[in-house]
Amino acid sequence: MSNLASSTRMNQSRSILSNTIPQASTATLTPPVENESIAIDITGFNAFYGSFQALHDLNLKIPNQKVTAFIGPSGCGKSTLLKWCNRMNDIVPIARATGSLTVGGRNILTRSTDVVDLRRQVGMVFQKANPFPKSIFDNVAYGVRLHYKTSRSELSDLVEWSLKKAALWDEVKDRLKRSALGLSGGQQQRLCIARAIATGPEILLMDEPCSALDPASTARIEDLIFELREQFTIVIVTHNMQQAARCSDRTAFFFDGKIVEEGATEDVFTRPRKQQTEDYVTGKFG
Amino acid sequence: MSNTSAGQGALLGDAVSPRGKLRPRSSAASKRWQTVVVTGLVFCALVSVFTTIGIILMLVVESWGFFSDDKIEIWKFLTGTKWTVGQTQGELSYGIWPLLSGTLRITGIAMMLALPMGLVSAIYLSEYASKRTRSLLKPTLEILAGIPTVVLGFFAVKFITPYMLEPLGDFKTFNATSAGIAVGILCIPLVASLAEDALRAVPNRLREGAYGLGANRLEVTLKVVVPAALSGIISAFLLALARAIGETMVVALAAGSTPTLTLDPRMPSQTMTGFIVETFKSESVVPGTLSYFSIYAVAAVLFLSTFGITLVGQIIRMRYREVYD
Repeated sequence: MSNLASSTRMNQSRSILSNTIPQASTATLTPPVENESIAIDITGFNAFYGSFQALHDLNLKIPNQKVTAFIGPSGCGKSTLLKWCNRMNDIVPIARATGSLTVGGRNILTRSTDVVDLRRQVGMVFQKANPFPKSIFDNVAYGVRLHYKTSRSELSDLVEWSLKKAALWDEVKDRLKRSALGLSGGQQQRLCIARAIATGPEILLMDEPCSALDPASTARIEDLIFELREQFTIVIVTHNMQQAARCSDRTAFFFDGKIVEEGATEDVFTRPRKQQTEDYVTGKFG
Repeated sequence: MSNTSAGQGALLGDAVSPRGKLRPRSSAASKRWQTVVVTGLVFCALVSVFTTIGIILMLVVESWGFFSDDKIEIWKFLTGTKWTVGQTQGELSYGIWPLLSGTLRITGIAMMLALPMGLVSAIYLSEYASKRTRSLLKPTLEILAGIPTVVLGFFAVKFITPYMLEPLGDFKTFNATSAGIAVGILCIPLVASLAEDALRAVPNRLREGAYGLGANRLEVTLKVVVPAALSGIISAFLLALARAIGETMVVALAAGSTPTLTLDPRMPSQTMTGFIVETFKSESVVPGTLSYFSIYAVAAVLFLSTFGITLVGQIIRMRYREVYD
């Protein structure tokens, strides 16, 4: 999107891959996601920590420019799947995965995957805001400096753009040189979102981004997610069912390492097909 | 209270828990015991305070003995470039600079070795080494830290000088470089261990954040972890610096006993600590003489320098420490 060269490369590989990988698994999913607009395609995916299998034979298609929510009780594997989407599990030595997980048509589980470029395309926002102990400006510029050579003015334009996108610009424009650690929790989390979108990702992964925030800050982040949807594909893990209902287009319900049900958020919450889903979304357990 | 519960026990019989029969502990005795413990704690804490005050008093009083001598002028002590105190013949010169420069020279050489080596070891241990490697390397570093300094001094004279330095140039038997290297070796485990603590205290979510943006391990380490731990690393450096300045045994053995004002690292160079130990051990020193008092004057300078460094370290730690919850 922001990087033309890489998106053409991705389109090419997508067409090659769609020939080789049978798409039969889509038949089981309702309503099916249009093939052309798939951002992340997960097929026969298993994930392990040592000998423990955390995820069992997952099949899931995550559509472009939509918000997909992963819900489910603690320890059901939502975060594990999310972290595999940009290979964050690489820093866990005992983590491994089988099956296929394609981002923009490329299977990213292969050894030859350029993890650095993958993470530029697939940004991540964490459970607890983790700004670096640097200035607000340097936080946003950090990822940009890793991936691009920029002039000072290009960089400050990009920082401004990212902070505006993250709805933080007005609050921090007069103190860009001050430490990011002086911001409130909600502001820090929006800063982390600005930092993630500054590198020009197509996909944003959010791992319970509001779990450490008060209701007001949570509402601001949810509004932001709603706006960012127009430009980014967003995958959000949440424990908060209302949050999933409020700000996602599609929902996948995880239980015990498996996807029990996946579909349009409205359907999952109002017309669940499985009893387990209904029990969970109505608060009978979890 | 004991009366009521005992009374209830009698009334209700077996239905009441047997706790009613227990004699309560005297709260007065427990309070007395509290007082004893607190007094003991305060005493132990005060011992170090009084020791420090005692040492400062001793240094002030005895240095006064030096500076109040008719032959001594304080500015000559602070600016003079020749030190002949303790020598029986010749003119008396008492400029501190030969001794101070000896200390600075050897400390400088030691820090050039210890700071980079210690920091790199710390980075390796904290960010790169596997658990297994760490479990082998850490104890090795600790053994290095446990080597008696007199052994290191001996090592400097008998190994570093003849086998490492003499092939390289015209090094004297006792020289600044050899002592500096040995002091540096002595400081590596200190820097490594303290800097590693500082690096490991950086919360993992900062590393994750940087990895998530596509940084590789080197970029995560150098651009996020090390800057985040900078105040701790600088404190580690300053503690090593203070340690090197105060180090005595190595320099007494390996640096020679000639106070020199030179930049040549091949020459002998007596340090402040070296001078103190040498003069103290020599039998010619009689209490009340100028040589005797000079020990305290030099010790006062030594104390002020390490005190200053510790103070700077504290200020840096307080001002620049990032608090992570």
